[in-house]
Amino acid sequence: MEQVPLSHILILSSTLFFLGVYGFFSRRNLITMLMSVELILNSVNINFIAFNKYLFPHQLEGVFFTMFIIVVAAAEVSISIAIIINLYRRFKTIDIEDTTTMKY
Amino acid sequence: MSASTIIFYILATLVVVFGALTVFSRKIFRAAISLLLSLTFVAGLYFLWDVDFIGALQIIIYVGGIIVLIIFSIFLTHHSGQKLPKAKVSKKLLSGTLAVAGLGFTTWVVSQFVFKPAVGVTPVEPNVHNIGLQMLNYSEYGYVFPFEVINILLLAALVGAIVIAIKKSQETEK
Repeated sequence: MEQVPLSHILILSSTLFFLGVYGFFSRRNLITMLMSVELILNSVNINFIAFNKYLFPHQLEGVFFTMFIIVVAAAEVSISIAIIINLYRRFKTIDIEDTTTMKY
Repeated sequence: MSASTIIFYILATLVVVFGALTVFSRKIFRAAISLLLSLTFVAGLYFLWDVDFIGALQIIIYVGGIIVLIIFSIFLTHHSGQKLPKAKVSKKLLSGTLAVAGLGFTTWVVSQFVFKPAVGVTPVEPNVHNIGLQMLNYSEYGYVFPFEVINILLLAALVGAIVIAIKKSQETEK
């Protein structure tokens, strides 16, 4: 059975990664920056699964790393949502340009 | 061109299109829904590659947990129907240059490199049985120690999230 070349999968995941990078640097809203981080983590997951499937089919290492990344992403999102809600209570905004208490 | 190849390219296009909508949309709720669709199509890619367990995890944790949490926090912190402010042109230019340059460099490296798959090995089926056996195995190549560490991390993160977000009613009254 013919397969999709591995380089096409890598180009897909790097496109997703750099979309996330663009969003992370250009957005000003904390929640949209968090969404961009999610895109970046997902592109890495695609890479791990593709490498596991194409190059090392006799091991399960990529699957484990993907599971650990998903768990770390869940922990990261729960912490950052808590921080965002706390920040909103204090400043009534979640725009990164307006919360300048600790600047300089 | 077999059917699975065509399905892969369709799914890849959908993932990239909805990822782009997540990044470029100026309505935050639409961005969240596009992120949901993008992650669902990534789960579709996993199902296409026969990694059913990871696809199920992706749908349960990302789509069922993380996106719901994000939408919940959008409702807490935004007035509905409001558009996000436009990004500064200099910032857009800087991040766009960074992203395009990085994508070009990565594509160039990937197209130059020759990948050598492992030959003469018996593939392991990535089903729940094999994953579970290796996950809780404490001999060589077992993953029971990282599993326990990630347990502690998740517990600490959830307790920390509650501690950060809890309302301190006595302190605010003083």
